Amino acid sequence: MRITEHPILDFQRGEEVSFFFEGQEIKGFEGETIAAALHAAGIRVLGHSQTMHRPRGLFCAIGNCSSCLMVVDGEPNVRICVEKLRSGMKVESQQGKGCLR
Amino acid sequence: MPKVKEIEILIIGGGPAGLSAANAAAELGASVLVLERDGKPGGQLVKQTHKFFGSKKQYAGDRGYQIGHLLIDQCEKNPKVEVWTDATALGIYEDGVVTAERQGKHLKIKPKKIVVATGASEKMIAFPNNDMPGIFGAGAVQTLMNVHGIVPGQRVLMIGAGNIGLIVSYQLMQAGVEVAGIIEASPTIGGYLVHASKIRRAGVPILTSHTILEAYGQESVEGAIICQLDEQWQPIPGSEQDLKVDVICLAVGLSPLTELCFQADCQMKYVPELSGHVPIRNDYLETTRPGLYVAGDVSGVEEASSAMVEGRLAGVSAAYSLEYGNDAAPKLQAEAMAELSELRSGPAGQKTLKGIMKLTDKGEAAC
Repeated sequence: MRITEHPILDFQRGEEVSFFFEGQEIKGFEGETIAAALHAAGIRVLGHSQTMHRPRGLFCAIGNCSSCLMVVDGEPNVRICVEKLRSGMKVESQQGKGCLR
Repeated sequence: MPKVKEIEILIIGGGPAGLSAANAAAELGASVLVLERDGKPGGQLVKQTHKFFGSKKQYAGDRGYQIGHLLIDQCEKNPKVEVWTDATALGIYEDGVVTAERQGKHLKIKPKKIVVATGASEKMIAFPNNDMPGIFGAGAVQTLMNVHGIVPGQRVLMIGAGNIGLIVSYQLMQAGVEVAGIIEASPTIGGYLVHASKIRRAGVPILTSHTILEAYGQESVEGAIICQLDEQWQPIPGSEQDLKVDVICLAVGLSPLTELCFQADCQMKYVPELSGHVPIRNDYLETTRPGLYVAGDVSGVEEASSAMVEGRLAGVSAAYSLEYGNDAAPKLQAEAMAELSELRSGPAGQKTLKGIMKLTDKGEAAC
């Protein structure tokens, strides 16, 4: 959910763009991270672990921990917490290590 | 661009310490390059909405993000400072070459001096289901809320009543999120009481001697079981509480991000008071690898205020070693050291001072 009113901060958002999560069209803002756009849309299960298939979500949000790896435009292991959103991106949840196509 | 970028001082990390180091070194006339892995400099400082303490020289009374923008402004205005964003340092080699990745390109940089100001990363604690979506580090919550303007969920359990746990709880409330409570395993609140009082006044309980037993939920967090601890830090049976929350926020401390220091073969030492393995360094923040300085959380986890002063000290020292500011530098160094002593003179600073003593104690074995 997006914050509309804040006592201290004023959020400068980029242009609204569409992208796809598991084929479903979602709106986000250019310049924010993929993680931000997904969380704004209430999506927080980003993939599943390799062996135990446990759900994976965002943890550090600054590119340290690799918990948020997803498949973006066919490329696996993208840290979506630091990857910026672009119009038309295809974002898919990642199962395990992902596979190079 | 030439194959190897030559520069006088390379600063790795564009947070409060790195930017302060860049400004200080450039003021004395040195040419500086800052590598920042994020899309913009400022580090975690630009995510802080609270007002800082300290003295005027440490920007007391200003909010974190305002100080961050001030430091960025200073860098932008100084032609001696170049900042590369989206640039991640990869390694520091024996011949002094530093490699970095930027926009898919592998870059080589040959600096005369290096300041490592890489900061820290969030610590984790062990409990069942701690890997579930909906469990965030406090820094992640700040990034979502204060950079992107997105709330992490509806109702939050905060773990840790140090300054970060208290401040982020307050920030959550400012963003309209309910904070179910703050739990803290130790019997006392670690953070400043001024922050704690603000939170309690808003009706949020701070439960000391409490811990989390487990998180639960199907695909993401739906709740947490917490309990009280006895004097031996053991769970008291029957004290369990079930909290319906969709977010668990961990504010259980930070570890220095010292991979580059290890890799550069700096002599390291484990110092619990400084929150982990840190490089051994002298009073001017130079490590055992000559010409490699450290500043900020990488040299021991503290606060942004001291990180900025350390940055200034490291920046001045690196420039001085290149014979810049021969008149001004010794005075600037002394000033910075005096400010650090003052910042560390409170009760919280005692731990840091003890840690630094251990670092400079040449008698003990290091790893």
